[in-house]
Amino acid sequence: MTGQVCVVVETLRGEVTELTYTMLAAGRRLADALHTKLAALLIGHPCAKLAETLGAADRVFCVDHADLAEFNPEAYLRVVAAVFEKQMPRVAMFGHTAMGTDIACGVAQRLKLPIAVSCRTFSADGAEPQYSALICGGKIIAEGPLPAPHCLVTVMSGGYKADEGRVRKTPPLETLPVPARLDAVRTRFKQYIEPPAGDVDIAKQPILVSVGRGIQNKDNIAMAEALAKAMGGVVSGSRPVIDQGWLPTTRLVGKSGKQVKPKLYLALGISGAPEHAEGMRDAEFIVAINRDEKAPIYGFAHVGAAVDVLELVPALTEKVKAR
Amino acid sequence: MDSVVLIKFVPDLVEDLEIDPQSGLLDRSFLRLMPNELDDHALEEALLLKERYGGTVTVITVDTGDVDEALYTAVAKGADRVVKVTGEGFDQGVTDRELASIFHEVLRGMPCELILTGTQAVDDLDGFVGAMLAERMGLPYVGYVTKVESQDGTVIVRKEYPGGLTAEIEVATPAVLGIQAAEKPPRYVVTSKVMEAMKSGSIDEVEAPDVSVEDGVTVSRMSVPETGARAEMIKGSVQDVAAALARLLRDRGVIA
Repeated sequence: MTGQVCVVVETLRGEVTELTYTMLAAGRRLADALHTKLAALLIGHPCAKLAETLGAADRVFCVDHADLAEFNPEAYLRVVAAVFEKQMPRVAMFGHTAMGTDIACGVAQRLKLPIAVSCRTFSADGAEPQYSALICGGKIIAEGPLPAPHCLVTVMSGGYKADEGRVRKTPPLETLPVPARLDAVRTRFKQYIEPPAGDVDIAKQPILVSVGRGIQNKDNIAMAEALAKAMGGVVSGSRPVIDQGWLPTTRLVGKSGKQVKPKLYLALGISGAPEHAEGMRDAEFIVAINRDEKAPIYGFAHVGAAVDVLELVPALTEKVKAR
Repeated sequence: MDSVVLIKFVPDLVEDLEIDPQSGLLDRSFLRLMPNELDDHALEEALLLKERYGGTVTVITVDTGDVDEALYTAVAKGADRVVKVTGEGFDQGVTDRELASIFHEVLRGMPCELILTGTQAVDDLDGFVGAMLAERMGLPYVGYVTKVESQDGTVIVRKEYPGGLTAEIEVATPAVLGIQAAEKPPRYVVTSKVMEAMKSGSIDEVEAPDVSVEDGVTVSRMSVPETGARAEMIKGSVQDVAAALARLLRDRGVIA
């Protein structure tokens, strides 16, 4: 994989994650533009079956060991760094996720290579391939070159369609020996903890009234509840609202929470940062209410109004009730 | 449990961010900076650990301008020591790679069991400070952490995955943790307590050590994404908007 484009595959509970296919889509295009090959580096146990789902890659390299069955930041970092030390790709792609971000920077630091995080798209029209990253809560696009000879990136969703990275083809599989000592690892995976059950599943609701920082305080949640009730939907929220304890974690929409595709997603006081967008961008109909006309959410909402959320919600509740 | 919290100052996203037409980069002249939100969660988690297991909390930040109030606020919240790393040109911004190496040098004289910082900062571009620092120090790192428990020489952390799934991971200390959310919302302190801390407390000033970092990625241009590129905006008073929305949703058959 030396000099090629390489996607570091992410698996969770024995399944390849959705974002991996987004990375494969990105990687395929970049590799083609650079006239090189696309490699996938798969770490886990067992690997063979998973490799069959990575048809977008020209070749899958795997490191298969029982101690790597579940993600372990320290062990995975050692393995990836050791593999790349021997054969370093031109561009190595990691997920901008709980897994990829744990190891990408460590690998970059260990190999003394540059890294660009929060990347969404890549291009290779000119002399040097370029990254385009979305930072500052989706308010700033930063672009620059992917420095030669080697560079690492973390990739977020939104730039490429994951379906493009799903190719029905079994790529050649090359099993690599475990390149690093795993017995000295100071980090140990203990167990998964299931999300709390018993609450409504927001991923199955046709109407979501979703509240963000703009709802201002816990008491105002009741207002959103009333609107949701009138519409026949339920209330969900973005990260700051959940972190404040105004809504339970089961109601979180976004990267760490649920991916939702309701018939209506009414975003109240939500700015539309990439982490949130990742969970709701595919909703059938997105209505956004946010006083900030420059809020990133207006870039992908269908309908918007830059009015005060706290004034609009009771007014809209009235209109919905009055038929 | 002695812990160190690292705070990075980032642009306040409530303000309009402007691009300097000359440099093509973020215009820093009127930029209002604030502590990165997840770093504030890291401080909260450190304070909770102190309450639970004893020990101390030290807060370190790099002086990119107007950081004193945040440091005094940390003291008012219960931090034992606050450190400001000063250096020339810091007001022009410090890259993540530089930050990680500065923190690394400053931490040399500060033994501790845990180093906590936000999993990421909103303006990170050439890496995440916590993850890079851990590698520089040869320590294990876990990010997306939402809970920390101490258990003889190790910590059990709760790591967040998509879909509400979490995992328990055991890490030997010393370690670096990237906090995604503290167990409780960050505490609030009244202004009078901050004023009190300003009068009685003191900020340790440390001159930035000389650091050399490998070349990171560079930015050739920044831009503000086209918003409203897609959304059809409804104008008018709140009543007009409410009426138009209700009609629209009925027409689409979303509501009865």
